[in-house]
Amino acid sequence: MSVTEDTQPVFTGAVLEALQAVLGRYPTKQAALLPALWLAQRERGWISDRVMAEVAEVLGLTPAYVKGVVTFYTMYHQHPVGKHFVQVCTTSPCNICGAEGVLKALLEQTGARDAGATSPDGNWTVIEVECLGACGFATPVLVNDDFIESVTVEKVPALVRKYR
Amino acid sequence: MGFPHQPHPKETVVLSQYFGDPDARTYKGWVKRGGYEALRNALATAPAAVVEQVKESGLRGRGGAGFPTGLKWSFMPKAKTRPHYVCVNADESEPGTFKDREIMRWTPHALLEGAAIAAHAIQAEVVVIYIRGEFTEPWAITEKALAEADAAGVFGTIKVYLHRGAGAYICGEETALMNSIEGKRGNPRIKPPFPAVAGLFGMPTTINNVETLAAVPHILNRGAAWYRGLSLSNPQSTGTKLFSVCGHVQRPGNYEVTLGFPLKDLLYDLCGGPLPGRTLKACIPGGSSVPILTREETEACLLDYEGVVASGSMLGSGGVIVFDDSTDMVYQIMRLARFYAHESCAQCTQCREGTAWTTKILERILAGQGKTEDLDLLLDLSENMTGKTICVLSDSCAAPIVSGIKKFRGEFDAYLAGARSPVPVG
Ligand SMILES: Cc1cc2nc3c(=O)[nH]c(=O)nc-3n(C[C@H](O)[C@H](O)[C@H](O)COP(=O)(O)O)c2cc1C
Ligand code: FES
Repeated sequence: MSVTEDTQPVFTGAVLEALQAVLGRYPTKQAALLPALWLAQRERGWISDRVMAEVAEVLGLTPAYVKGVVTFYTMYHQHPVGKHFVQVCTTSPCNICGAEGVLKALLEQTGARDAGATSPDGNWTVIEVECLGACGFATPVLVNDDFIESVTVEKVPALVRKYR
Repeated sequence: MGFPHQPHPKETVVLSQYFGDPDARTYKGWVKRGGYEALRNALATAPAAVVEQVKESGLRGRGGAGFPTGLKWSFMPKAKTRPHYVCVNADESEPGTFKDREIMRWTPHALLEGAAIAAHAIQAEVVVIYIRGEFTEPWAITEKALAEADAAGVFGTIKVYLHRGAGAYICGEETALMNSIEGKRGNPRIKPPFPAVAGLFGMPTTINNVETLAAVPHILNRGAAWYRGLSLSNPQSTGTKLFSVCGHVQRPGNYEVTLGFPLKDLLYDLCGGPLPGRTLKACIPGGSSVPILTREETEACLLDYEGVVASGSMLGSGGVIVFDDSTDMVYQIMRLARFYAHESCAQCTQCREGTAWTTKILERILAGQGKTEDLDLLLDLSENMTGKTICVLSDSCAAPIVSGIKKFRGEFDAYLAGARSPVPVG
């Protein structure tokens, strides 16, 4: 994300309309906070301090309050992430079915190397997450919004090729 | 059906009848299968009569606590002076549990219909379905189904909205979920007041799990007596339940059986038993928050609310995690403790400190640096984490630790005695 891009307001045009639709549902503006953050993240890829301030302004909250909420939830990115953001479940049920091997293979083959780090080409960020609610399909992997079931170490090369 | 597998003859297929059938996802397809008839009839019936039917069916909450659904609905104010809400708990994040996901993926209209019936029964004008942020596919499918049903006008004056979570297990706790919808951190609230008095936006609110609500249209269509008749061992446990089975079995998946079904049959017949050459070692029958069962306890356990308690655990969410003889129980218990440490909202000291500290001790034991008094320390901490906090996340962390030490003590002792090679923990 370039710095110049982030100085532009997010809530204009269609994004503002989407937010207004949500605002119409609830008795408080604050209830639109999670949806507003999702809209902003969809537009910008992450949520900067400037975006938090803008969200605060639009919803009549303080920037510090918004930051307190952003930091509570794990899915809001407080830093830019790779083009492909990969979440791998390693909680116990997946763990006993080989999830740590899948994580390791993804870290190696994407070039991201360390969990949470972004590959030098900027394409991949791979993180370890807790239960994705698909434990019977070990190991589930989320690549951006694509939910992929039953990933094994053997299937990792094809998965990486598909998104490369 | 044992989705993604063919139905097994021992299953009782009600909720899962259309799993795997994409046509049932569409509004037209759902109506063709008898869908929205229950809602139409309910809307023409007095709310109190609908509540009565659900009460009589014996339906109990499928989200974990097993609270009688009709009774919960009856706690709502009868005279309506303020807005009422229905919240649908689609946060499904309890390790081992993946049934609500399948309901939303295959029969979103069953959920929407059940939720609208609940709204009528408790006189709510708004339903908010809170779906965990990672459930991108169930969201898209439910959103589409909602748009179609809305366009057909089936909900009358009831408004149904989807609300996306953003990654926090604790938001499955009912009052944390309400705070999250309100745009707050997902901290559970002190109860009382209970949601029926002061819930979402401080208004009277009923919250139910996805599976609970998906059962409601069937109860109205076929009658409370039919549902109550579905019970194999205890009249307090009625109806069918989806059991999500994962871990070391040949055919993991969602299986629907009548309550009272033997856990042994579920694991050995429906799921095909352990992997070749392996034997069952342990099982967590109700999602990761309930005590671990040994093989003997597992094989004698009946799957209903009372039966699982009698076996030493709880039915919980119906997420069945199976461990075979290749499992390092100490490592897996550490992973579970780490889950709770990661997910603690950190409001209560016993939970914030206890989940982190127990995780650290377990990691230390695995690394070969444990001390003999560590097991007593773990048990002591666990006692302090049980029954002392705003919600039961802390108790949930203690459950696998206490039962694990009690039932698999030899494995802990082996690490402590240096008889097992240390495991690197990252
Ligand atoms: C830490 C914690 C997490 C929970 N997670 C969920 C969940 O993901 N889904 C759910 O339906 N219930 C969950 N529950 C239970 C809810 O608080 C509540 O009992 C349930 O949604 C009520 O619906 P029911 O009566 O239909 O089961 C959780 C409870 C706790 C304490
Ligand atoms: S434990 Fe991996 S999806 Fe539930």
